[in-house]
Order: sequence, then C-alpha cells, then structure tokens
Amino acid sequence: MHKVLSSGWTKAFLFLLCLAPLLWLVWGYFHEQLGANPIEYITHKTGDWTLRFLLITLCVTPFRKLFNQPQLARFRRMLGLFAFFYGCLHLTTWVWLDKFFDVHEMWKDVVKRRFITVGMTGFVLMIPLAVTSTSGWVRRLGFVRWQRLHRLVYFSALAGVIHYYWLVKSDVRLPLLYGAILGLLLGYRLVTAKPFRVRHSGSSGPMQMLK
Amino acid sequence: MLIRKSAQLHYSDVTPRPIYLNRRRFLTAGSMALGALGALRAATTGSKLNAIKSPLSTSEQPTPLEAITHYNNFYEFGTDKEDPSKNAYKLRTSPWSVKIEGAVAKPQTMDLDAILKIAPLEERIYRHRCVERWSMVIPWIGFPLSALLKQVQPTSKAKYVAFESVYDSKIMLASAYAGIQFPYVEGLRMDEAMHPLTLLAAGLYGETLPNQDGAPLRLVAPWKYGFKSIKSIVKIKLVEKEPPTTWNLSAASEYGFYSNVNPERDHPRWSQTKERRIGEFRLRDTVKFNGYGDQVASLYSGMDLVRKYY
Repeated sequence: MHKVLSSGWTKAFLFLLCLAPLLWLVWGYFHEQLGANPIEYITHKTGDWTLRFLLITLCVTPFRKLFNQPQLARFRRMLGLFAFFYGCLHLTTWVWLDKFFDVHEMWKDVVKRRFITVGMTGFVLMIPLAVTSTSGWVRRLGFVRWQRLHRLVYFSALAGVIHYYWLVKSDVRLPLLYGAILGLLLGYRLVTAKPFRVRHSGSSGPMQMLK
Repeated sequence: MLIRKSAQLHYSDVTPRPIYLNRRRFLTAGSMALGALGALRAATTGSKLNAIKSPLSTSEQPTPLEAITHYNNFYEFGTDKEDPSKNAYKLRTSPWSVKIEGAVAKPQTMDLDAILKIAPLEERIYRHRCVERWSMVIPWIGFPLSALLKQVQPTSKAKYVAFESVYDSKIMLASAYAGIQFPYVEGLRMDEAMHPLTLLAAGLYGETLPNQDGAPLRLVAPWKYGFKSIKSIVKIKLVEKEPPTTWNLSAASEYGFYSNVNPERDHPRWSQTKERRIGEFRLRDTVKFNGYGDQVASLYSGMDLVRKYY
C-alpha cells in the first residue's frame, strides 16, 4: 500500500481520474449525451464536482491518520486545486452561459439571491487557498500561518453545502447527504484537535505533507 | 414558421413510438426479463389521435419529441428530469375515469372514452414556460376544458375549479423523497378554466400522451407556469373558495395561486426575465402571460400581479 501510494504513476493516474468528469462533459456535449438542457446539466455537474472535490480533499487528513497512511498527504494539494478548478468551471458556466457577461445582472443576483451570495462566498474563499498552494507560499507565510489560512476551506465547503441546499426546490436528500459528510469530516477534526501539540511536528509534519 | 417535411409522413413512421419512448429500457431488455416486460406493457399504450388544426396554435418550431418526453417534472416518478421517462411506464392509464363533483348540477364519473367524445380534438401548438426558466413549444392534442365543464353544468356557487392527480405510492416509489405533498392538486379561477385557451390535453405530436407527460388526461394553461398544468387528472371539483395548490403549500412565497408567467415578478431565488428555450444556446426574453396577453390580460385587470396575486 505504501509503495502504491508513493508511486509517481499513482499521482498521474489520479490526475487523469480527476479530469474524467470534465472529459465526460466535453464528450457528452458534442455527442448530445447531456439531455435536453445540456447547459443546465453542465452547470449542475460542475457544481457537484466542486463540492465533491472539496469533501474529498477534506477526507485526506482523517484517512491519513485513521488508516496510518502518511503518503496520502501527497494528493491533498492536487485534490484541493481540482476543487478550485471545477469551481472556476461552475462559475464560468454561470457568468457566460447564464448571464452572458452582464455584470449588472450578475451583481444584482449576488446581492439579492442568498443561494448565489453564499455560493460566491464559497468560491471567493477558495481563491487565496489556490494562490498560496505552492511550497514557496508555505515558506513565505510560515507553516502555522499557512495552515491557519487554509482552514478557510472548512467555510468554503460549508458555503457549498448551503448553496446547494438553498438551490433545490424540494428534494433535499443530496444536499443533506453532503452536509452529513461534511459534518463527519469537521467533527473528526474537532474531536481530534490537540491545541497544545499541533505545533510540534512529528513524523507527518508539515514539510513531509507538502512533498 | 412550422416546417413539415411531408404531409404524408407521420411522427410515428420512423420507430414505433412505444419502443422509442422506452428505448433505453428496450436496449437493455435483451437478457432482462423484467425490462422486456416493461417494454411490452408500454407497447400496449400510445395510439394515433386525429385532430383538427387550431388557429390558436403558434407558428414557432415545436420542441423535438425526445426533449418533451425525456425532460419532465413529474415528481411522483422522481425529481430528476429523466426520472419520469424511466419510471412512468408503471402507471396504468386504461381503464381511466375522472370524477367530477362539487358545485355542479350533474356530478358524475366519466370514462376517458366518453370525455374524448365531448368535443372535437384539436391540435394546439402552445408555448410552455416552466417556473425553472426553461421553455418548450408543444403540439398538444385536446379540447377546451370549458366544453367538459358546460356538460356538468356548474352552479352559481362554482367560483373555482380544483384538480387532483392520480396518486399510487406503490408505483410512485420516488414520491416519498420529492419533498412535496401528494396527491398533486391544482386549481384555476372559473373564468380561467372557461377561457378558450385552457385545454384538456389527451395527446401530443399526433398521438396519445406519453405517461411521463401526464397521460391520459392533463390540463394545459399556456399563460401560466408549467406546474399549474396538472398531469394525469382523476378528479375535478368545482368549489366556492380558492382551492389549495401543491407548490403553494410547499413554498407560498415562491409559487402563488395564479402563477401567471410574469417577467416583472421574480421567483425569490431567480429572475424570471429570461428563459432558455430547450435546444437553444442563448436565452430569450420572457414575455408576460407567456405571450398570450392579448387573450388573457383582461382576466386580471386591476389586480396587482407582482406583489399580491402572483
């Protein structure tokens, strides 16, 4: 298991796997496989994958600890950046295919419609995380401050769940499921938080996690 | 301009419609006895309906049958747009009868066959605007609801018409998760119900209604959001007070009793000024009363359709 997780091939394979939802959308669009309303389908799917990648990213640390697989941390940055990537695509479908770059209309929606306000908040919170995702930025900020900044991802995921919950008309099963998963992932962190020991880096310390 | 390839060719001349409507099931049926059974059962429904052309039709290009039958809101059969096309075959639409009661001189239960003989069937090509900001153009077949109502002779107490959809939790398994109450109920004011545009539809594209589109009998009020046009009707009751309606019960601030198509009245969560016509890339401007204002605007003169009677 350790060997598989530390292999460069695994990371390359995972990278391609993360692109699969996008490849499906592109292929499906040109082969008319996205249903009667392909633009709505693309909007929904890019949104789904943004939230899913946020949750997958938040799984890394608990899984790493619970299953004692420190190598899992190698994938965290890539997964987080994929969440941002699908978030960008989701936002683009809205800006382009729904609002057709009408800035006035977009601003009206952002301030007036709470599900858009909260969705936009979730996206904006991801921007500093994507920008500071490089090793250089970890050095510049120092690990403790960097880690504190990156806790914003909890709020981004929470905003994503609320955005989804407020969007659906009446069938709230999926938003609640995502909410429950997020609750577990954040709950795990709350329970295992060791406020006085966090700064003493052990074998799974900061620099190793970034490799 | 409606473009027809040939007067001789019929919509159903290419692939038999029941197989077409259930083609995904048909394709996987090979080794699956259950799937084959479903296709067989579906093959017993769907037949041609003769109808005269109506001057009330729009000349806009109808939306392809594929989209009309695979992009449906029929929450009894699931909340995804494609769910009804997968699940609605379970509904048995024959025999079918409609109970008509309430403030009428002649309450009765009518068989579908008798209902379809009340008035000549017409093809009415109507615009259809969903509250979710998408729209279609659908060649319905039916006759004015007013013809049916006249037959049962409403009394002076009949101020509204309440409709009820079929509900059977045994075949509508997904309905438990829909988040709205069933049976689905809707209503119209008497003058709306008697309006010549208001249709009782039994078919589309030249044939009886596919189950997912509300077989065997549904309402079509083209100047209102789609959810007002209740599907698979089993009961019509004439009443004195405004009847409850399903989406209004679910979220009163979002779905009013009238729910006329109105770009001036936002849905709380999205603007209603534009719509995506299915099959089109750009959005269209939404027109008040879905473009039927010349015929229906007078029904609402003096009413505040934005704040009060939305």
